Amino acid sequence: MLYREVGQYKTTYEADHAIFPLLQDRIGIAVILAIAFLFVPFTASDFVVNSMLIPILIFALAAIGLNLLTGYAGLISLGTGGFMGVGAYGCYKLATAFPQVNILVPILLSGFFSAAVGVVFGLPSLRIKGFYLAVATLASQFFLSWCFVRVPWLVNYNVSGAIEVPTRTFFGIPITGPNATATTRYLVVLAVVVAMTWLASNLVHGRIGRMWMAVRDMDIAAELIGIRLYRTKLLAFAVSSFYAGVAGAMLVFLWLGASEADSFDINASFLVLFMVIIGGLGSLLGSYLGSVLILGLPIVLRTLPGSLGVPLNSATVEHLQFMIVGALIILFLIVEPNGLARLWQIGKQKLRVWPFPY
Amino acid sequence: MDLLYQIFIDPFVQMGTAPDLLVQTLWEGLVGGVLYSLIALGFVLIFKASGVFNFAQGIMVVFAAMSLVSLYGLGIPAFVALALTFAIMLALAWGVERLVLRPLVNQPDIILFMATFGLTYFLIGFGELVFGGEPKVMIADQLFLPRGAYDIKMLGGFVSLQKIDIAATVIASLMVAALAVFFQKTRIGRALRAVADSHRAALSVGISLEQIWVIVWFAAGIVAIVTGIMWGARSQVEFSLQIIALKALPVLILGGFTSIPGAIVGGVIIGVGEKLGEFYWGPLLGSGIESWLAYMIALAFLLFRPQGLFGEKIIERV
Amino acid sequence: MRAKQLVLCAMAAATLGMGILAVPAAAEEGIYVPLLTYRTGPFAGSGIPIANGMHDYLTMLNERDGGIGGAKLIIEECETGYDTKKGVECYEQIKSKHPVVVNPYSTGITLQLIPKAAVDKIPILSMAYGLSASADGNTFPWIFNPPATYWDGLSMIFKYIGDKEGGLDKLKGKTIGYIFFDGGYGREPIPLLEQFAKDYGFTAKQYPVPAAEMQNQSGLWLNVRRDRPAWMIMWGWGAMNPTAIKEAAKINYPLDHFIGVWWSGSDDDARPAGHDGKGYLALNLNGLGASYPAIQEIMKYVVDKGKSQVDSKDRVGENFYDRGVYNSVLVAEAIRNAQHITGKKEVTGEDVRRGFEALKISEARWKELGLPDFAAPIDKVSCSDHNGHHSAYMQQWDGTKWVKVSDWIAPMKDKVRPLLEEAAKDYVAKNQPWPARTEPCDKSS
Repeated sequence: MLYREVGQYKTTYEADHAIFPLLQDRIGIAVILAIAFLFVPFTASDFVVNSMLIPILIFALAAIGLNLLTGYAGLISLGTGGFMGVGAYGCYKLATAFPQVNILVPILLSGFFSAAVGVVFGLPSLRIKGFYLAVATLASQFFLSWCFVRVPWLVNYNVSGAIEVPTRTFFGIPITGPNATATTRYLVVLAVVVAMTWLASNLVHGRIGRMWMAVRDMDIAAELIGIRLYRTKLLAFAVSSFYAGVAGAMLVFLWLGASEADSFDINASFLVLFMVIIGGLGSLLGSYLGSVLILGLPIVLRTLPGSLGVPLNSATVEHLQFMIVGALIILFLIVEPNGLARLWQIGKQKLRVWPFPY
Repeated sequence: MDLLYQIFIDPFVQMGTAPDLLVQTLWEGLVGGVLYSLIALGFVLIFKASGVFNFAQGIMVVFAAMSLVSLYGLGIPAFVALALTFAIMLALAWGVERLVLRPLVNQPDIILFMATFGLTYFLIGFGELVFGGEPKVMIADQLFLPRGAYDIKMLGGFVSLQKIDIAATVIASLMVAALAVFFQKTRIGRALRAVADSHRAALSVGISLEQIWVIVWFAAGIVAIVTGIMWGARSQVEFSLQIIALKALPVLILGGFTSIPGAIVGGVIIGVGEKLGEFYWGPLLGSGIESWLAYMIALAFLLFRPQGLFGEKIIERV
Repeated sequence: MRAKQLVLCAMAAATLGMGILAVPAAAEEGIYVPLLTYRTGPFAGSGIPIANGMHDYLTMLNERDGGIGGAKLIIEECETGYDTKKGVECYEQIKSKHPVVVNPYSTGITLQLIPKAAVDKIPILSMAYGLSASADGNTFPWIFNPPATYWDGLSMIFKYIGDKEGGLDKLKGKTIGYIFFDGGYGREPIPLLEQFAKDYGFTAKQYPVPAAEMQNQSGLWLNVRRDRPAWMIMWGWGAMNPTAIKEAAKINYPLDHFIGVWWSGSDDDARPAGHDGKGYLALNLNGLGASYPAIQEIMKYVVDKGKSQVDSKDRVGENFYDRGVYNSVLVAEAIRNAQHITGKKEVTGEDVRRGFEALKISEARWKELGLPDFAAPIDKVSCSDHNGHHSAYMQQWDGTKWVKVSDWIAPMKDKVRPLLEEAAKDYVAKNQPWPARTEPCDKSS
C-alpha cells in the first residue's frame, strides 16, 4: 500500500529516465543519506565506525569499480587489488611530493594513475575472453604486487618498505593520520563514496553504460551495430581502475593509516570479486550489499560467541567463521545466483502489489 | 650498451661456460613444470567434464596431504592411511556433487567458479579445525619414496638429481598415461568425453551426469593426493601450500582449459621458462621474479593463441 | 523457492541487525592483556607455538599467584591470521577495553599501530621485530622492541662469522648471500648489510623470496649454487624457512655456513629437513627446553590442567614456545614495575609504559622468575633506549633438536645506533607533524 506508483505520471523524457523514478524511492534514498550523514556519526561507537562502516564503504567503492567492468562490460578481472595498490602508492607519492595541497586532491588524482595502469593491463582483453582473461589479469596483480615491494622509489626509500600516512588537515580539522577521529574520516569517506556512486550511476544509465552492456551481452553483435570494441573495453578498464584506485588510496589514507604491499595482494582482488558476485553483477546497490555482507559477516561471527558468552578460543572462532562464510557463499549462490540485489528487487515487487498477490 | 649486453649476450655466455648449471636449471624447470602440471591436471579434469573452474583444487591438495599425515599420526600404517585418504577424497567428491554442483546445475560459469571459492573457504576452516594449523612433515619414507640424490659428474661440473624429483616425474607421467587410457579406452572415460562435449546430448543417451561428476571430482581428488605427497615431501605440509594452486593457472591458460596434453606441455614450458628466466635474467631485476614471470610467459602465448596451445578453437556466431 | 528466499532475507537482515548489536563483552575486574595471535593462515606454523607460550605463561601467573601483584590478568586472544586488516580490526576491538599493552606479533600490524599508540595511550611491545627505529625512545615513547633489533641481529651474525673466519677483514673479496622474505621484514636489514659490505669489502648478494613462492625456491637456490657465497644469511618466516633449509641441503651447501635470524630458528623450521638439516645455524634470544622451573610450573598449573592449547606436551619447551614465554615475561615484568612505581594495583597503559622504561631483568631476577640463564640480562632499556641492544647466542640443529653452540654475542652497538637514530629522524621527517615526546622520564631509568 505504501509503495504505489499509481498517480505518478511522467510528462518528460527526463523524468522517465530518472535514476529514481518513484517518489518513494527518492524519499527512501534521502532518508538513508540523512541517517548516514547526520545520525550515524553521532551515535555509532568508534569500533563500529572504524572496523565496519569505513571499510564497508571503501570496499563498496572498489566493488562498484569492478562491477562496472565485470557486471556492466562483462570483463572478468582478478587484478582489482593491484589497481587499488596503484591508487594507494600514487596517492602517497603525490601527498608527500606536494604536502601543501589538500589531501583530497591526491586521493582523487591517484585514480588517474590507476586508470592509466588499468588501460595497459586491459589491452589483452581485446584478444582474450572469459576465464582466460581472468587469469591474464592475474598477471597484472602479481606484477604490480612485485613492483610495490621492489621499487623503493614508491615508498620514498623507506627502510621498512611501508607507506605511512602523515597527518593532513582540512580547514583545520585533521582528516588523515592518527589524530583524525573515526567520525571525521567516516564523513570524508562517505562523501567521496556517495559522490562517486552518483557519478557511476549516471555513467551506467547513459550512452557509455549502454555500450558496455551491449559489449557484455555479445561483443561481436555490439561491434556489428557500430560500437568500437577496443575503445569501449579499454574505457571500462580505465573507469573501473579509477574507482579501484580511489578506493585503494582511501583504504590507506583514511582507514589503515599505514600499509605494506600485502594489503593489495591477490586476496584483496578475490574479496572484491566476492562482493560483486554475492551482491549482484550489474547492480550498484548490489556492490554495497555485497560489501556489507562480505565484510560485516566475519566481524559479526567473530564477536558473536564472545557477546553470547560462549567460551570458544579465538582460533576456533576463526575456523568456524571460515567454514560458515564458505558455506554461506555457496548457499547464497544456490538460493539466488543473481545476488542480493535481485533479492531486493523481488522484495520491492512484492511490496508494490502488497497486500494482494497480483 | 652494458644493459643490452647483460640482457642479450651475458646469459648465453653463462650457459656456454657453465653447461652443468644449464642442465641443472633445465632439470629443475622440468621437475617444477611436472609438479605444476599435476595441479593443472586437477583443474582440467573438472573443467572438461563439468565446465567448473575449480578454484578449490589447491586446498584439496592440502586437505589430502593433511588427511594422510594426520591419519598416519593416529598410528594407522602408512598404506592403510593412504587408502583411507582415497576414501576421504571420494566422500569429498560425493559431497561436493550433492551439495554444491547439483543445486547449481545450469548456472553461468562465474557462479560455479564463485561456488568453488566458497568451497575453498569451507575446506580451509574445516581443515584447520580438524588438523590444526601446525605444519606437518610428509611421511615420505613410510611411503617408500626415495631420499637423497644422484650427483652426476658431467660437463666439467656436476648435476644433482634428487631421487624424490625423479620419483615425482615418473609417478606424474604414469598418472597422466593412466588417465589418458582411462579417458580413451574405458566405458566411463567415453561417457566423460561425451559429457564434456555436450551435457544435453550426454543426458539424452542415458549418461548420468551426477555419476560422472562424482567420478571427475574423485579423479581430481586422486591427483590432489599425489600432488600433496610430492609437494609435501619437497617442503612440508601446511595450509600455505594452497598458494601453489595459483602457479597452475598460467599453465592452464597456456595449455588450454580443456586439454590434458596441454596441461603437461604447458607445465613444462612454464616450469622451464620461469627457471631459466629466474636464473639467467632474474638477477638483473633483483631476483624473485618467478611470481609473475609465469603469467607473463602465458600471456605472451595467449596473445597469439587466445584459446591456449591445445584449447578448442573458439568459434563465435552472432 | 519463495520460502528459501524468505529465509535468506531474514538471515541477511539478522546478520545486519546483529552487526549493529554486536558490542564487545563488558570488561571484568583486572588487568586486561590482549594477545594478538595467529593460529590460522599461511604463517600459523610459526604463530601457534608463540601464541601458546605467551598465553600459557600469563595463565600460569594467574593460576599460581592469582595474577600480578594481586591483580588478576584478563587474557584474551584476538586472531589476526598475520593479516594487517584483521590486526587493525582486533586493535579497534580491544582498544575500548583499556589494554595495558598490545603485542601485535607482526611487523605489518606494528607499523600501523605506531602512530596510534601515542594517541590512544597504549604501549606497544614488538619484541625483537617491528620497526627497528622505534628503539629511539625520544621519538617513539610508546613503542618498545627489546631485547634486540634486526640490525643488532645482523651485526651479531657478522661477529659470529668474523669469529669463524678469524677476523672480519678476512671477508674481503668473498661473497655473502642474503636470502630474505620479500617484504618489510626481510628488507629492513639491507642498509646495514650494504654498509658492512662496504666496510669489510665483501660482495652482498640478495635472494628475495616473494610470499607466493615461499615453498618454491629451487630456482633461487640454483643462483646460490652459481654464486657460491661463503656464508648465507636468512631472514625468513613461516613456510619459507623449512623450504630454504631443505633446498640448501639439496644443493650441498655447507649448512654450518647458513645462519638464520631468531625468527628462522623454530623446531618446525628444521624438523622437515631432519638429518639433512644438520649443522644449520640460527640466532636465538631465549633458552631452549622445558627444564626451567617456570616452564615446569606451566606444565603443572596450565598444561596438565588442560588450560593450554598445545596439542602435545612435548611441544612445550620448543624454541618458539619459549620465545612466547619470553614475550610474556617482558609484559609481566613491565606490569610489575608499573605497580611498583605507581603503587596502584590495577595499572593503566600509561603506567605500564613507565614500567617498560624501567625494565630491568638481571641475572638474579631471571633466576627468581624460575628461568635461570634463560636470556641475556635485560639491563639497558631506558627512557631514551627502548631496545637495549641485548645479546643473543647461536644455536645449531643437530638433526633432531637445537643445541646452543656459542656464548652470548653482543651486537655492534656503535654500528647500529647511528643507523637507528638516522632512521628515526627519517621517520619523523616523513610523518610531519610528528608529536614531540611529552612524557617525562622517570628518575630511576
